[in-house]
Amino acid sequence: MIPSAKLQAQRVWKIFGGQQEAEVVAVQDLSLHVGVNEFVSLVGPSGCGKSTFLMMAAGLESISAGDIWIDGKPITGPGADRGMVFQSYTLFPWLSVEENIRFALKKSKLSRREQDALVREHIQLVGLEGFERAYPNQLSGGMRQRVAIARALVYKPEMLLMDEPFGALDAQTRLQMQELLLNVWQTHRTTVLFITHDVEEALLLSDRIYVMTARPGRIKAEVVVDLPRPRNLLDTESDPRFAALRRQVLTLIREEAQRAAASGEFAGAT
Amino acid sequence: MSGSVPSQRPAELRRQPVRLLELRREIPRRWYLGAGVGFIALFLIAWIALTAGQWVSPIFLPSPLAVLAELRSQAASGVLWQDLWASVYRIMVGWVLSTVLAVPIGVLMGNFRFFEGLFEPFIDLVRYMPAVAFVPLTILWLGVGDAQKFAILFIGVFFQQVLMIMDNVKTVPREMIQVSYTFGLSQWEILRSVILPAAMPGIWDTFRITVGWAWTYLVVAELVAANVGLGYRIMRAQRFLETDQIILGILIIGLLGLFTDYLFKWSYRRLFPWALQSR
Repeated sequence: MIPSAKLQAQRVWKIFGGQQEAEVVAVQDLSLHVGVNEFVSLVGPSGCGKSTFLMMAAGLESISAGDIWIDGKPITGPGADRGMVFQSYTLFPWLSVEENIRFALKKSKLSRREQDALVREHIQLVGLEGFERAYPNQLSGGMRQRVAIARALVYKPEMLLMDEPFGALDAQTRLQMQELLLNVWQTHRTTVLFITHDVEEALLLSDRIYVMTARPGRIKAEVVVDLPRPRNLLDTESDPRFAALRRQVLTLIREEAQRAAASGEFAGAT
Repeated sequence: MSGSVPSQRPAELRRQPVRLLELRREIPRRWYLGAGVGFIALFLIAWIALTAGQWVSPIFLPSPLAVLAELRSQAASGVLWQDLWASVYRIMVGWVLSTVLAVPIGVLMGNFRFFEGLFEPFIDLVRYMPAVAFVPLTILWLGVGDAQKFAILFIGVFFQQVLMIMDNVKTVPREMIQVSYTFGLSQWEILRSVILPAAMPGIWDTFRITVGWAWTYLVVAELVAANVGLGYRIMRAQRFLETDQIILGILIIGLLGLFTDYLFKWSYRRLFPWALQSR
């Protein structure tokens, strides 16, 4: 076991079906770790099982074989130590922005006043001042994800699990949100496991990237993103090192896509 | 030609012609409402023309005036109010009984596969059995009092209602439940403070639809062994060929159904403003 790891996965398998149905191996023998306050991305072709792995790490999906530890303790179920941000909008539509963020503090023992202060602080953090009383159906997609991020941070979980949080946004909004997350993370260091299929996004944000194979998902390679911090969108992406890393990761992913195509695999079949 | 000159709003805007028949195109509100009112007016005019011109015998179709006269005499003698109260009371009790059971059972079925498996085959079996066919049985079991009327309304409404509520609950996105687990909530807390509020607008709409069905089952409930009620009045009038009474009864039931429907729609907008589509 790696002592400094916040999250460690060892030889994790996820097999769906079985018995009467055909078995589908979604995750195969996957090992990885995320250090304390490290930002790690998991990239891979779609359907490679990266989201399935994240759900197992969140404790929302059972593990077929192997172990995932948080702080050296095996995961037994979902818990408030791991905050989560999904791709789809998971705000509660009957609650205002403020109430949505406060909802995450339902189990907190803080006084009402301390909760108010935390909520206000996190609304500022994601730049939503003036929208405290707006309802989700009045917000754009990017604003909704800002609320979701604030809501996942407000109760101070020990790590964040993010499942393609910007995947449903348009290109411009996506860039804005990447910068927002970069700034938030650079000022409030926390441990993040980030799922994406966007290589630039992964490079901009991460300390390390794991590239997964096509299904059944295994770790194909680990890439250390040795770009200087603090980073920002314009400077980092024009760094020649960024281009080199991008090429490296894209090559790895392309190999997988070609391998998957060559083995006659098409969407939905194994 | 340059962007530095502040643009002034043109004093006159081009008038857009009204296009009524174009795929998915909004039309002016006065056209929309006017068309609806106009159609009802057309229907009334046709009715008046048919009866005033002696095209049909009043035994088959009485004139609107005859129906109005019937309304006046029933209101004066108090029969109308007795019937109204009896029917509204039956509908309320029958529908509330059904709803009080359908909500918890539907919520359990929508959230726990076990309860879905337990109840759905039975409910599917019963819901295709015609409520009318239960009239003799319910009389045998419950006698001829109000309890039998409640039972018919219950049978007509409950088995559909419970499945609709199950579906309402199932529309709550899985991710919304998953994210709630990460805040440290237990499944009962999630049920109460996430799933129920999220499903409530859908459930409210189910209430609106099923209370409408209760109105249509009223006549079935009052078919036999009743001596008061709107449905009873219609059945009795049939025996004496009092078509004006029949039409009056049908109209009153229709209007009351419309009224309850409107009441639910109105309260929906009040209770769940967040669920309305933002335009």
